Parts: sequence; C-alpha cells; structure tokens
Amino acid sequence: MRIVQYREALREAMVEEMRKDENVFLMGEEVAEYNGAYKVSQGMLDEFGEKRVIDTPIAELGFAGIAVGAAINGLRPIVEFMTWNFALLASDQIINSAAKMLQMSGGQYSCPVVFRGGNGPAGQLAATHSQSFESFYAHVPGLKVVTPSTPYDAKGLLKSAIRDNDPVLIMESEKMYGDKGEIPEGEFLIPIGKADVKRKGDSVTIVSFGKIIKVAHEAAEVLAKEGIECEIIDLRSVRPIDYDAVVNSVKKTNRCVVVEESWPLASISGEIAFHLQRYAFDYLDSPVIRVMQKDTPFAFSKVLIEEALPNVKRVVDAVKSSLYVS
Amino acid sequence: MSTNTIEKTKKPLKKKPKLPFSNQQYLKWYEDMLVMRKIEERVGSLYIQQKFGGFCHLYIGQEALVAGTASACQKEDKHITAYRDHAHPIALGIHPKYMMAELYGKTTGMSKGKGGSMHMFSKEANLMGGHGIVGAQIPMGAGIAFAEKYKGTKNVAFCSFGDGAARQGALHETFNMAMMWKLPVIFIIENNNYAMGTSLKRSTNVEDMSEMGKSYHMPSFVVDGMSVEAVHDAILEACVRARKGDGPTLLDVRTYRYKGHSMSDPQKYRTKREVEDYKGKDPIVQVLKTITENGIASDAKLKSIQEKVKAIVEESVEFAENSPELKPDELYEDVYVQKDYPFIKE
Ligand SMILES: Cc1ncc(C[n+]2csc(CCOP(=O)(O)OP(=O)(O)O)c2C)c(N)n1
Ligand SMILES: [Mg+2]
Repeated sequence: MRIVQYREALREAMVEEMRKDENVFLMGEEVAEYNGAYKVSQGMLDEFGEKRVIDTPIAELGFAGIAVGAAINGLRPIVEFMTWNFALLASDQIINSAAKMLQMSGGQYSCPVVFRGGNGPAGQLAATHSQSFESFYAHVPGLKVVTPSTPYDAKGLLKSAIRDNDPVLIMESEKMYGDKGEIPEGEFLIPIGKADVKRKGDSVTIVSFGKIIKVAHEAAEVLAKEGIECEIIDLRSVRPIDYDAVVNSVKKTNRCVVVEESWPLASISGEIAFHLQRYAFDYLDSPVIRVMQKDTPFAFSKVLIEEALPNVKRVVDAVKSSLYVS
Repeated sequence: MSTNTIEKTKKPLKKKPKLPFSNQQYLKWYEDMLVMRKIEERVGSLYIQQKFGGFCHLYIGQEALVAGTASACQKEDKHITAYRDHAHPIALGIHPKYMMAELYGKTTGMSKGKGGSMHMFSKEANLMGGHGIVGAQIPMGAGIAFAEKYKGTKNVAFCSFGDGAARQGALHETFNMAMMWKLPVIFIIENNNYAMGTSLKRSTNVEDMSEMGKSYHMPSFVVDGMSVEAVHDAILEACVRARKGDGPTLLDVRTYRYKGHSMSDPQKYRTKREVEDYKGKDPIVQVLKTITENGIASDAKLKSIQEKVKAIVEESVEFAENSPELKPDELYEDVYVQKDYPFIKE
C-alpha cells in the first residue's frame, strides 16, 4: 500500500490506461500546458505529448461534441470539465448525443467517452459554482454516473470508466483533490455499479456518496462514542445504484438515513427512500430520513453556507431521530 | 486560402463538346436522384395516409447535395447530418427499403426502428446519423474528423446542417477548434433559405453564410446546390485540402426544398412563385437535360431507369410493410453496451 492524493489517483488511472490503449486521450481547458486547473493532469503532456493531452478553448459545448464525435468514430476520449457547473453548456451533447447514440443508431454506434470534473460546493463560490449534479445526470438512461469518495475509489473507478464502452460521468470535487488515502501498489479496478460498505455497524444504515460522505464518517465517530453503530454504505455510483447493498444493510439495521450534498427534489435520497419503502417495507422500524443541502441556490455568505450544507450535527440528529432517541 | 467567394454556376448545357463527367456518372446521378425523389414523394403520401408517425422532413429539391457529395467522396469517408436525412443513405448506396422500414419503425429499419425519420444511421455506409437537435452534429462532425486525423487516415468527415442550424453557437466553437487543429472536415450548409418558417433574411444580418467561415480563416465558398456537378466539384476540391492536412472547408450550398419544412407546414412564409422558380432549376431536370441533349442515353434506356426506380420504390414500401415490428422486450436493448445493465423495471 502507498499513500496518494485523490488527484494523483485520478492521474494514475488516466496514465495507466493511456499507456495501454493508444485510443485514449485527454482533452479539456488547461489540461496540458497548465498541468490542469487542479493539477490532476500534471506531467501528462510531458509523457504523452500534445496529440493526446489537448488544451481546448473555453467552449464546453464544442469540445464535448467533438469528444462524442471522436468516440463514435473509434476513440476513447476523457473530457475534463473544470467543474460540472460549466458542463451545463455541454449538457446537450452529454444528454442528447452521448446518452442516446447507441439506441438511436439501433446499436450500431457506441459512445465510449468519459466526462469528469469537480462537482458540488467548494467553499465560498456562490450559486453558479456550487452545484451538485449527481441526481441530475443519474436521471438519464444511457449514462453511468460515478461518485468516488476516496483516492482508492477514484483510481479504480476511473480506470473502469475509461474501459467502459458506455458514456461515464465522474463526479469529483475541488475539495477532494488534495485528500490522501491508501491504494495498492499494483493495478486494480473497481466495478461500476457496486456499492461499498465503508463502515460496519448495526444500529442505523447511512447511505451516502461523494465528498459529503466525510460528514457521515465524522457523525458515525461521534455516535459510536454514544454506543450507536452506524453502517455507512458508499453508493460509489448513482447510475446504476446498487440497491441490494442498501436493502441488505437495512435488513440488518432496520433504519436508514441518506446524506446527500444536493437539493431535495428529484434527488438520490428520494430514490433510496422510495426503493426501501417498496422493497424493504417490512424491515423498516422508522421512516427513512435524509440530510440534504437546503432547497435554495448556494449563497456566498459563510452563515448561509453553514445553514445550507449537511453537517455532523444534522447527521447525528437524523440518526438519533431514526432511533427515536434524543 | 481564398478570401473570395467563388460562385459556382451551373455549366452551360447547350455548348456541346466534351462533358466534364463520364456518361456513366450522369446516368448514376440521374438514377440516384430519381430514386430519392420518387421514394420521398411516396414517403409523403404514405405519411398522409398515416402509415407511420413521427416527424417527416422531406429532402425534395435538395437531392444534388447528397448526390454530388457521394460521387466526390471515398468509401471510407464519414458522414453526419441533420434530421432531413432520408436521401443521405440512398446517396451512400444503402437500399432505400431500409430507410423506409425505419420510417415504419420496423426492426429491419436502418436504426432498428429505434431512431425513426430523424435518426438514420448506417455503419456500413459510415453514416453516423441523422440528428434531431438542430446543430448538434456540427461539433460531432468535427469530432469524427478528429478521430480520423488522430488515427492518421486520409479520410474526410462530411458534416451537413441547415441554414438555421448555422445560427447555433456550437458552430463558432467548432469552427474555431476545427481550424486550429486542421481537422479533415467539410462543413456543408444545406442552405435552403428557410429554417421552418424563418427565412435567412429574418434570422441574420449576414446573408452570405460563407462569411461565417472566413472569420476563422476557413476556406469558404458559395456553391450552386441545384447543380450536382457544381456540388461535386466543390466537394472534391475541399476533399483535396482535407486529405492533404490543410483542414476544413465551409460550403454554403444554395439549395431549395419544394415541400414544407415537415408534413404539417402551410407554407405561408413564401410564395408559390418562388417555389416554381426553383423548380425551373431542378437538379434532376438539369441532369436529364444533359443526358438527352448529349445523347448519353436513348429514350429506351431512360425508360428502363424510370421503371427500375419505380420497382425500387414498390419494393421498399412492400419491404417496410411486411417487416416485423419490434418486440416489447427490445426496449432494454441498445441502451447500454453493457449486456447486464441493471435497469429499474418497477
Ligand atoms: C436545438 C433545437 N432547436 C429547435 C428545434 C426545432 N427545429 C427543428 S428543425 C428547425 C429548423 C431548422 O432549419 P434548418 O437548420 O435551416 O434546416 P432545414 O429544416 O431547412 O433543413 C427547428 C427550429 C430543434 N430540433 N432543435
Ligand atoms: Mg434550412
């Protein structure tokens, strides 16, 4: 085992896959000469040259479309968006082109493209720069949406994404790129669509994914001191969702709290709650509770950020409430 | 790079001696365009009879564009276009029965009945759609060319879109990158002067669309889209540039659609006179004139072509009508390459 940063884990995934497969290339704003806006692609231009590590102008719709065109014509592009907020300009190509190509062509043209970038709030960046898009894209059949929360997951999932023959979106975070974690020396892959039990426990199941899962971990520590053992299920991907992992855990704990960094309506938490009431109704001893970002655009004020985001206290309270303790 | 617009006018037909193309070429153009015309006339009437649903955008009047492109391109070249795509597969050598079956939503259709009128795909003919989002194929076309350049081929990507689509911002993003990276792509504006009911005049201050390429130093030309010969020449010239590594070309091909935008278009935005004027320059009539005036084919030969075309149309309709429908459980096929993707089914 060795310790690497999240950004290094992502880089290792890309570098290893690019060494293996000539058809894999990286494109995006500042990925080459600048070494990446968040230094994820540091050194890649030096190794692979400008043919395969490509700086684009600020034209998200245009270069996303070029990537889709390249993907249907035999290449395996990795597109880095500086953040997913800016990828809204490219959402037409992601949702209307990439996600639908295989079906609309009657199975003739697949679109093996990876779109990746920072997602979710990252400090005092105000409303346009602070959005979480997991459930937004999870809605769309034809896509896969992956949410690595550790360096280990980042490397294993990105490698799988690059090899995947369907379009895969990776939700990273500017706030996670510096996170450190253990990864094995040798090559490894993590399958897309399998959840991971990040902490074992039998009191309450906490379902979460991506950066905000850290809050769940902290809350679980606090609760453990009070004798409440949380089981933390990291979904790792929100399309597809590993429902079995969630149901199996709830069969044991009989309670569930979902911690999600996005808005409440049409969210992953709503989906998890639906699934549990439909398929684990008899196992639930209390209603599914969720801890979400509050239902407003993300404001600049520190006070309002504190008010809006899930935090340890809110998760602790939610878990206790699901146990009917105070 | 030329900074001037080259107006390609149709060749004078009366002056006999040597024709610029072979007899065989004229006959092929005639036959192919006649197939497109006749099949689409039939498509129009079948649509009115409600034999199939969806949108239906006819290419009638614009046939020279695809016929001239097909004769000038190579087999390995790639093609992408908009939703007005019934004629493209025919030009590329796909039997029209597969296009017809797609209109019917049948399993034998070009896109297995999953794409419909607006989404004709053929891997065999390197036709990468048929795209219903106006202008979406502009960056995709450049991406297709990007892949060819990346792989080191000499192939060209043909990217067709309407005069309306040319108003999308994606065009500018794409032109910029395509020129910077010298991608082997030919941008073909199928300029029929209308985007639904909005004429070119009412959508822009700059009516010469070739100007749009010039701000990116892209070689850009106006082409007479009613002349298959002019289209062929312009495409061939652009191909030479692209295959040499000199990058993209923009062709503002002036054409005209005789029918409405789709089948539900009362056409209040133009006069009957205007339509009739264009019919006077009809691409098929022009080729036929060249053929007859130069004695390229006897009346009997022409008759046999017309009979053959009729038979192709009949065969296509029959094929489409007799083809099987999709099975309900095919709903989950072709959504993901992954065979065991866990769809939420309840
Ligand atoms: C992004 C988008 N906006 C609007 C439409 C609806 N629409 C379909 S065709 C069309 C007109 C396009 O005209 P043009 O590009 O000139 O092509 P033509 O129909 O003349 O071939 C419009 C507005 C659409 N399909 N996609
Ligand atoms: Mg038009």
